[in-house]
Amino acid sequence: MNLLSVFAAGLVFGVGLILSGMTDPGKVIGFLDVAGNWDPSLAFVMGGAILVGFFAFRLAGRRAHSFFGGAMHLPRNRDIDNRLVGGSALFGIGWGLAGFCPGPALVSFGSGQEKAAIFVAAMLGGMLLYAAAERLIHEPRRRARHHA
Amino acid sequence: MSLDWTHFTPWTSFAGGILIGAAAAMLVLLNGRIAGISGIVGGLLTPRRADIGWRLAFVAGLFAAPLLMLLFGQAVAPRIDAGFGMLVAAGLLVGIGTSYGSGCTSGHGVCGLSRLSPRSLAATAAFMLAGIATVFVVRHLV
Repeated sequence: MNLLSVFAAGLVFGVGLILSGMTDPGKVIGFLDVAGNWDPSLAFVMGGAILVGFFAFRLAGRRAHSFFGGAMHLPRNRDIDNRLVGGSALFGIGWGLAGFCPGPALVSFGSGQEKAAIFVAAMLGGMLLYAAAERLIHEPRRRARHHA
Repeated sequence: MSLDWTHFTPWTSFAGGILIGAAAAMLVLLNGRIAGISGIVGGLLTPRRADIGWRLAFVAGLFAAPLLMLLFGQAVAPRIDAGFGMLVAAGLLVGIGTSYGSGCTSGHGVCGLSRLSPRSLAATAAFMLAGIATVFVVRHLV
């Protein structure tokens, strides 16, 4: 890993989010409001990102190691299950309510937006709740396996 | 349905998208990691020493972005209508949902679709439809 290049990637990502309009919840909700006065701009964000990403990930898929030598951590899970679809639907409801998704919320938090700070705190709380619930569900099973 | 021409920004949105794609390309090609923000942040909450550094570096980059824009005279001026209760509810749903669904707009919507992953296509369809339905209910029914 090269931390400076990771920082640079985060910076470029954040600038892209701001330039594209993704950090403006009003614009996000305007995009999701297909029945109202629809602003299709955010479809262009996805188009631009995938246009570049398609070639990058094709190249990445052919390489065993990254440029700085570490392993390629590409997802291998291919299951389309209730967790994936249900979790994503919950995320979509939250996204539609406030107009924030994780990246833009962090960028807005970085710019000192108080409302973004509230959202980010609740989002981290949700992630911790999930981790705690997973532990509760899996811990007894793991203990049972150790005893067996 | 009508088109909101006053807020329509195809070119800056497209350019921003190119930058987002370029950043994802940098992270995966240089360092072998997926630019999925919920996953990167989630990994900080149950940290393993070996991979805490790069996660912090990426989030630091995100935080620095508005400062860089400010240097170029571009202040971030978001329109946030949601009040305190709504922000908390939305944040909780986003935190729990992205954890169960293993990703968000960046991990599934940008990186996953770029990889032509059917799993990410299903996730993206689910959060897009849920987002559209939610805005429909909030704006047009309630």
